[in-house]
Amino acid sequence: MQLLQVDNLHVAYGAIRAIQGISFHVDAGEIVTLIGANGAGKSTSLRTISGLLRPYRGDILYQGESIVRTSPERIVKAGISQVPEGRQIFSTLTVMENLQMGAYTRRDPQEIESSMQRVFRSFPRLQERQSQLGGTLSGGEQQMLAMGRGLMSMPRLLLLDEPSMGLAPILVDEIFEIIKAINAQGTSILLVEQNAAMALSIADRAYVLETGRIVLEGDAKSVLRNPQIREAYLG
Amino acid sequence: MNRILAKTLLRPVVWVIYAALAAGLLYGIGYLVQLNGPTYFAQAILDGLRLGFVYALIALGYTMVYGIVRLINFAHGDVFMVGAFASYYAVARYGWSFVPAILFAMVICLLLNIVIERVAYKPLREAPRIASLITAIGVSFFLESFTALRFAFSADYITYKRPFEVTVWKFWGLSITNATVIIVGVTLALVLGLQYVIRRTKIGKAMRATSLDKSAARLMGINVDGVITFTFALGAALAGAAGTLYAIAFPQIWTFMGIMPGLKAFTAAVLGGIGSVPGAFVGSLLMGTVDVLVVSFLPLGSRLRDLFAFLVLIVVFLVKPTGIFGEPQVEKV
Repeated sequence: MQLLQVDNLHVAYGAIRAIQGISFHVDAGEIVTLIGANGAGKSTSLRTISGLLRPYRGDILYQGESIVRTSPERIVKAGISQVPEGRQIFSTLTVMENLQMGAYTRRDPQEIESSMQRVFRSFPRLQERQSQLGGTLSGGEQQMLAMGRGLMSMPRLLLLDEPSMGLAPILVDEIFEIIKAINAQGTSILLVEQNAAMALSIADRAYVLETGRIVLEGDAKSVLRNPQIREAYLG
Repeated sequence: MNRILAKTLLRPVVWVIYAALAAGLLYGIGYLVQLNGPTYFAQAILDGLRLGFVYALIALGYTMVYGIVRLINFAHGDVFMVGAFASYYAVARYGWSFVPAILFAMVICLLLNIVIERVAYKPLREAPRIASLITAIGVSFFLESFTALRFAFSADYITYKRPFEVTVWKFWGLSITNATVIIVGVTLALVLGLQYVIRRTKIGKAMRATSLDKSAARLMGINVDGVITFTFALGAALAGAAGTLYAIAFPQIWTFMGIMPGLKAFTAAVLGGIGSVPGAFVGSLLMGTVDVLVVSFLPLGSRLRDLFAFLVLIVVFLVKPTGIFGEPQVEKV
């Protein structure tokens, strides 16, 4: 079943056309990755799906319904959550308060509490640091907090923007293990990465973006084997 | 390396400067105390703090709105004026007592500010910041002049009818009125209530999150426009209470009465660190005290008070633009 379907999407910042007609989809239960160089339009795609940007052409269907005119808060409520690039932790809110903000669209305090416990099970370090200010965490802990915060809305689809950025290799491994675990619990994942090798190693399918267009798509293993991709992104 | 060395060598110099400032302050206080006696001085401090409490209620609105939309809402002083008039009508025309009158003023100001935000500022949210600033000044002029029309509040000075009789108590030669007690009590209650809202409630946390990072707040599902409107409403309710309390302390009102208290509360907010709630409170108490000390001790003090207030503003901008509680870098894109 197609959870998310992006159809011939065009997005511009003023006169600059960042995305020029891309189409891709995420099926329920999948990990799909968008890879490509800086400025290829990966983050723009995610920001458009989340409703922060409006496309000037094309459509985005979530569970069969168009969401291009839907407000960001309704999109979160419908089950799409984004962990933004650079983490964007609320630096002077505590770890606990950051997580509470992730559950902003939800009402039932008991359900929120059980989500919080689940996040703490995935990220025990967040529990230890729950009353610390977000800005005082290390880079890896901030990434965990950003992901935990993204999970607090109980998303069906999690959008991850460069989760490995600026992290030490050992932390990158840990983060990707957690992404796999989140997926195994039933959350579909759309992953944007510059670390193409890492992204392809856990993804089911991949799309390669170049200057706002999709130049290659397929299952992750075949993309990984593609000689041009090996040369351009995997060194 | 050189910079670090210079810093280490300069540190004792900075201490000497601070010590000199502290000594100067102590000497100044001693001088003022012996000038007219300790009771006169203590009375001036007391009156200054009382004025500072009223400034605090205004300054909180400036600082909260700035924290969320990075706008100095110059119309805020005029919302305060409308608060004074709203409670005047409630008391003088309808014979309401204090509590309903101040609540009425708060509600009127809250509604007024929501309209101002929706009509004047929201359409300019994505425009350069200077556009909203100029608009704020325009809204300020509009409120002052429109309310001065004959069919509105009129341009006359109006004697404010207090909702209660003033009684004066004497303690060791100091006079304290029931009005003072009410001003301090109401302000403290409102400030503590505000602190509770900002620290503990869901909407308060959303306010803090929004002021830190609007796009991240949107990704959490926070309705950022709603949070901004809520912030304007909250600030205006405090300004409405301030208008009522100010009129009780200085019972003469007119439509241009908001300009000076507004500017001084703004100065106080900058002094405390714009964007900081505790800063606005502490800055206001300092501001009120300076204000009354100038009036009480300087010849022609009542004419010089405004000069001194803005001298404070200039000095803060020169010496420490981030204010007492301000963070080093507040700007964030």
